[in-house]
Amino acid sequence: MSEKDMSENESTRTAGSAATSGTDESVALSIRDLNLTIDDHHILKDVSLDVPSGKVMGLAGESGSGKTMTGMTVLGLQPEGAEVTGEIDYHGENLLALNDRQMASYRGHHIAMVFQDPTASLHPMIRIGVQLTDHMRHHLGLSKQEARERAIELLKLVQVPDPEGTLKRYPHQFSGGQLQRIAIAVAIACKPDLIIADEPTTALDVTVQAGILQLLRHLCDTTGLTIILITHDLGVMSALADEIAVMRGGQIVERGSRYDVIRNPQHPYTKALIDSLPKQMMERRDQAAQAGQTAQAESGETEQPSEPQEGGQHD
Amino acid sequence: MTETMENSLSWVPRPMRCELEVNNLTVAYRQPGGRVNTAVDSISFKVSAGEVVGLVGESGCGKSTTARAICGLERPKGGSIMFNGKKITPLTLRRRPKEFQSIQMVFQNPYASLNPRRTIRHQIEDGRRANRGEAPSVEELLDLVEIPRSAAGEYPYQFSGGQRQRIAIARAVAAGADLLIGDEPIASLDASLQAKIAQLMRDVCLKTGASLLFISHDLAVVRLIADRVIVMQSGHIVEQGPTEEIWQHPKEAYTQRLLAAIPEADGLGHIPQV
Repeated sequence: MSEKDMSENESTRTAGSAATSGTDESVALSIRDLNLTIDDHHILKDVSLDVPSGKVMGLAGESGSGKTMTGMTVLGLQPEGAEVTGEIDYHGENLLALNDRQMASYRGHHIAMVFQDPTASLHPMIRIGVQLTDHMRHHLGLSKQEARERAIELLKLVQVPDPEGTLKRYPHQFSGGQLQRIAIAVAIACKPDLIIADEPTTALDVTVQAGILQLLRHLCDTTGLTIILITHDLGVMSALADEIAVMRGGQIVERGSRYDVIRNPQHPYTKALIDSLPKQMMERRDQAAQAGQTAQAESGETEQPSEPQEGGQHD
Repeated sequence: MTETMENSLSWVPRPMRCELEVNNLTVAYRQPGGRVNTAVDSISFKVSAGEVVGLVGESGCGKSTTARAICGLERPKGGSIMFNGKKITPLTLRRRPKEFQSIQMVFQNPYASLNPRRTIRHQIEDGRRANRGEAPSVEELLDLVEIPRSAAGEYPYQFSGGQRQRIAIARAVAAGADLLIGDEPIASLDASLQAKIAQLMRDVCLKTGASLLFISHDLAVVRLIADRVIVMQSGHIVEQGPTEEIWQHPKEAYTQRLLAAIPEADGLGHIPQV
């Protein structure tokens, strides 16, 4: 299993860089028995998750599985009227017990977010320079000049060309990939130790996506940043995540190392997700063709893996 | 990749009859300030009867504009599009000529392309009325896309995204499609459904004798279903050929870059280097 060795080497490397980041705790965030109910609809059911420090923790699952809701709840951004119970432990502080004002001092400062569509998450009529410095001046108490200097540094870090010119421009003057880099710069500006990236590359072309994935990996490795990566794309998950939790119907059904979850899934739902990848479908079809059968590899399968045929609840 | 399709149809499909020939097609958009954006720049390709052709490229490369021009939704600036020997004319306020109604489109967003206030039976009937020959029954069409017959009286909101896309496919087939164009038909579906719906589109086309022009930025899915691939970049065709040949031996640097950028779900943590 030389492949497995490689993946393990890589995780130890990431863990090593986390140790130099100043936090001596190995868990950046710990979610305990998180339940979320809106109008009697049970959206999250007993979600418990330890997010290892300095690593990329992936949350996989389909739309409606609760992965985005989990991320939003960590930031206190759950929908109005939602009842939340449980505990979200962040360096000894239960985030769920904080009032709005206290939460605001964490949000965007210690914990930040990167959204799917940067054209929607950045304000179209405010210059990048303002959007990139406003929260730094508030949270870090920087002067205008200091904030500007840090903004230029940040834009260099996320590899946006011409950082000084960038500050004067508006979002519509950039491509989607450049804007997502800027949005990442906004997220890491106040030196958070945790960012939640919700489908950060879904709106981007594949070649641009590769660049963003490299950037996130680089930030994680060099600054000890912890990332919660939310995506339904298992290719992206496999490229970036160190550990993966698979969600379905508001619950975590499987959790493990990237290699184990993708190569050796235990839960029938995870298996169904992996089996529905184009590559797996091709392999099955080719095997079926070789076996001299007709190549209707897909007949008899259920439409949605949310109803796996093999039934049976694990865990 | 030849499949021996068992003929499970309860009706006899018309003989394959799609010859699409795009010759030096150029489409340009006028932009504010008098500038002209040439979205498609002198491209040529063919789609033969019973063929599944994948059209891939990144956003802004002109793949959707190409599809819209084939449907007559864009007026070409130059070149021509021939369908079964007749030149496709841009759509006007008049009814579309009968011979071009067998070009049918399946759009990206089934939430927007189905009428929320009419039952799916009614909407499939709309397609059947456009059919020049004998249209299969609504029940037969629902069988084809694996939707229970009993669901015919229901409304679009009662279906999931994947099922709605199946209904949109049934409607296109009802019209007697000789050429089905899917413009990112799987992009707004859940990952686990994408490959399945794409495979369904291929199977449906093979069974009914239609050709399929499948537009997608998802190269892995295109590899799964296409016989031939056309790669576009900024309005030009950079490469075209049989799918496996392009995958194994891409000649152009752009195609190589595009293929190298696909992250593979192998659990190894390799980030594509582009």
